[in-house]
Amino acid sequence: MTCQDHKDLMMAYLDNELNDQQRRAFEAHLASCSECTKEMGEFQRLKHMTDSMTLVEPEDRVWEQYWSNLYNRMERRAGWVLSSVAAIVLSIYFGFELIETIVTDPAVGVLMKAGLLALLAGLAILFVSVLRERVYFWSRDRYRDVRR
Amino acid sequence: MCGPDLGSKEDFEAFVRQHMKQAYAIALGLVGNREDALELSQEAFFRAYQHYDQLSAKGKFFAWFYQILRNLCFSHLRKRKVRRAHQLQMEDGGLRIGDTESDPQSATRNSQSGDGGDHFDPELIAERNESKDRIWRALGRLDEKHREVIMLRHFQNLSYEEMAALLFCNRGTVTSRLYYARQRLKEILEHESGCPGADSGLWEARKGGQMP
Repeated sequence: MTCQDHKDLMMAYLDNELNDQQRRAFEAHLASCSECTKEMGEFQRLKHMTDSMTLVEPEDRVWEQYWSNLYNRMERRAGWVLSSVAAIVLSIYFGFELIETIVTDPAVGVLMKAGLLALLAGLAILFVSVLRERVYFWSRDRYRDVRR
Repeated sequence: MCGPDLGSKEDFEAFVRQHMKQAYAIALGLVGNREDALELSQEAFFRAYQHYDQLSAKGKFFAWFYQILRNLCFSHLRKRKVRRAHQLQMEDGGLRIGDTESDPQSATRNSQSGDGGDHFDPELIAERNESKDRIWRALGRLDEKHREVIMLRHFQNLSYEEMAALLFCNRGTVTSRLYYARQRLKEILEHESGCPGADSGLWEARKGGQMP
């Protein structure tokens, strides 16, 4: 085995993840290789330092409020989704009502009606184009938050 | 092995209460900031609840939840990095990001704030001392994947097998990632002390620190 092979075992030795036979073989290599021994010593010191670190726990108040904050978030998200859907449905309904009134009104000129219909067609094309682009990028995004 | 049943609000609440501290600790190890860790862990629970029906292998629930949480954290870090880079660009009066390397002042500021990217707040460490502060800040300067294995090993105390299951990779990948992560951590600490090699500040800091 080369030193490079032993480097792969170094982490497992450090983290106590080797079986007895592997550990003995690795220790035998350490005894004969000053370079690996030096590197191992540095890693051991680093591990001791990292192991000695603990993080401050937030106060109990934070944990008491954790679930209620999450629940509020879920409730609000549901509220937003519902009101957005309702707003879209109502706008479409009243929009069509308005357009129907204008198009069927004999008092409104032909030019005005044609202009209004062209405007609507233009907006529809824009909407479909933007939507298609968004769907295309979303489906190719490697970092979508939910992948599995 | 069966996953949790998240069918009702009560079951979901029980699941959240059981895992909230762990989810927060994982997020904290990845983003290094308390407010963001709380926010991101809550968002991960919410998304897991929303998409639970899509999970076919319920036995792998925690690994699946972990993927949601880490992806949220990584995506948050990328946004934060872009925001910081923009700020830096504004402060430098329109200098390009790449140009800052030739500007000693900017380079210093860059290294102090962790490659102009992630800020790890040392206030979050218990029983602080100089060496712990330095390690925590150095962790914030590691690549995401290297920081992740250090966090899972040292703050979550996971075995190599458990880490491999969470990261959907094999044991060999975990081992080599840990090797490069620790190697990089060592380099950052040595570079900070300004004297690379065996007699670096890493060991001096240890003498001054409260070691077990």
